[in-house]
Amino acid sequence: MTEVVPAGRGLRRVIGDGASVPDGEVEGLDESDFLELYRQLVLLRTYDERSVVYHRQGRIGTYAIFWGHEAIQVGATFALDRGDWIFPSYRESAIGLLRGLPPATVLSWWRGHPAGWWNPLDYNLASICVPIATQVPHAAGLAWGKKLRGEPTVALTFFGDGATSEGAFHEGANFAGVMRAPLVLLCSNNQWAISTPLSAQTAAPTLADKAIGYGMPGARVDGGDVLAVWEATRDAVARARAGDGPTFIEAVTYRVAPHATADDPSAYIDAERVEEERERECLRRFDGYLRRLGLLDDETAERVKAEALEAMREGIAAAEAEPAADPELVFAHAYADPPPTLREGLLGG
Amino acid sequence: MAELTLVEAVNDCLHTELARDDSVLVMGEDVGRAGGVFRATAGLRDRFGSDRCIDTPLAEAGILGTAVGLCMAGWRPICEMQYDAFSYPCLDQLINHVGRYHWRTRGAMEFPITLRMPYGGGVRAPELHDDSPEAYYVHTPGVKVAIPSTPADAKGLLAAAIRDPDPVVMLEPKLHYRTMRGEVPKGEHVTPLGVARTVREGDDLTFVAYGAMVPVAEAAADLLDATVEILDIRSLKPLDEDALLAAAAKTGRVVIVQEAPRVAGFGAELAAIIAEKAMLDLQAPVVRVTGYDVPYPYWQIEDAYMPSAERVAAAARKLLEF
Repeated sequence: MTEVVPAGRGLRRVIGDGASVPDGEVEGLDESDFLELYRQLVLLRTYDERSVVYHRQGRIGTYAIFWGHEAIQVGATFALDRGDWIFPSYRESAIGLLRGLPPATVLSWWRGHPAGWWNPLDYNLASICVPIATQVPHAAGLAWGKKLRGEPTVALTFFGDGATSEGAFHEGANFAGVMRAPLVLLCSNNQWAISTPLSAQTAAPTLADKAIGYGMPGARVDGGDVLAVWEATRDAVARARAGDGPTFIEAVTYRVAPHATADDPSAYIDAERVEEERERECLRRFDGYLRRLGLLDDETAERVKAEALEAMREGIAAAEAEPAADPELVFAHAYADPPPTLREGLLGG
Repeated sequence: MAELTLVEAVNDCLHTELARDDSVLVMGEDVGRAGGVFRATAGLRDRFGSDRCIDTPLAEAGILGTAVGLCMAGWRPICEMQYDAFSYPCLDQLINHVGRYHWRTRGAMEFPITLRMPYGGGVRAPELHDDSPEAYYVHTPGVKVAIPSTPADAKGLLAAAIRDPDPVVMLEPKLHYRTMRGEVPKGEHVTPLGVARTVREGDDLTFVAYGAMVPVAEAAADLLDATVEILDIRSLKPLDEDALLAAAAKTGRVVIVQEAPRVAGFGAELAAIIAEKAMLDLQAPVVRVTGYDVPYPYWQIEDAYMPSAERVAAAARKLLEF
């Protein structure tokens, strides 16, 4: 894991295909962990699918779809302690659900309602970062700052393949390397940045190769394999906590959904490839893995799905039951100690 | 009291504030081993250690971006940008995050970052060592801005910035880092943000300036056969509007002096406030003497760009004759 993977090597994977590719094993997870991973995958999948429906129904605004990325988000988060920090991009908007954040809060965020916020200190979860890659230096700074305080906290930041072209990614990764910050840089490489394919994003053979330039190890894993992602993140977190600094993980998947509800990928994407990739989607693969191990049956699967659907029903109902936001909130919190002229111009001055 | 240069006053403040609060740290390019290219951070690394006076990689957006995370870990970072124009890469973090994160967290988290930098021209330096970028910063919601014109205020305003719960940008007139000396209170010294300073009182005309333009305004006043009220804005946000309007009303004739390029500069904001709220006190139009809407010039001709005492005095004479 701590070796940089050269271009052309296969991705680390654990879950087989039930046919020609045999299942592997991971150490350190028991039966209840497997079922919890399954529950979390279903929760995020359900959140995502229902959100697209809510968008079509006009109940939330533009929404960034993460269908097919659940294994990356669940596997990585499961490798963290509750005290470790997560710095999400918008692609991980609902990752707080894995730490008990109510679905209504995230749905409110996508509804553009001021109720859609959380205190990062309550969940050790930074706010959703909308501009690309700019959360990477935040995560590096938090990890470095905790280290300066002698606290054992690790930070993990998610970003996409397009983000690796941004200066903020470079500066954040470089700071983390120089400061030996306990940081995990987790790249969800879904091979598309809206309409721009990975080949137009970088000339590097793999994104993990970039790790060399920052003096940190890079790893490539199958991003559709929740156990492979978990294992790679676990190793990276152990390195970070031991004082050995940051790790870059490239979790490779494929974006089979539009970038967001406002996107029409038919203009640029290969529909056949999308269908092939859909067949390899992460939840079905883990479902098959658990069934081959005899750990999952229809009854359990249906119960888990029903619970997730119920959580979403409650979530959208709670979000829609929010009273109309007080316009006074326009002025709230822009400053801790606001200038006296903040309301200049209100009602014509 | 001690007589210090302006940059010595900055250094005195940093020593005082790092000693006062052990969550305060200084970070930037060459701030540690070298003590800063202007020696503003001299002695901090030896006294407080390399964890509290940190030489960073050469990356302005990285400095400010990691400072956001340092705040989340409980630190109060003072970020040095080596020069005014070198700060532009950090505007990405400033606009997208530094000015928004307190709001984004509904006030649950504070981001008490101080972003300090030398600014301004007249120092015979290469391109991009001369800019006056205050308008970019003042225009950013969630961010406060102060610009001292004296050694005492360089110390006092910086202390206020460091202790403020909001992000504050401090622009220090590098022209006067070593050319200006003044009495500076020893020990803790805080000049509150939001309070302008009356530099001198007069009845015929009012000059409004900040930073390196305050001494220009004083020199211009000395050229006139009139008594001039001079107001040093020194805190651009929060702005002391009462002092501005009172100084305008006192004489009814106002010249605003601004080193930055003219268009949409902070002087335009000051003029607009006077127009909105002191119209009936005015005897003449509000006039701006500013830099021009051009890239800051080669230093052999920079004096043709910089507002001079003569330009300010010429504007003043027109106003007096209006």
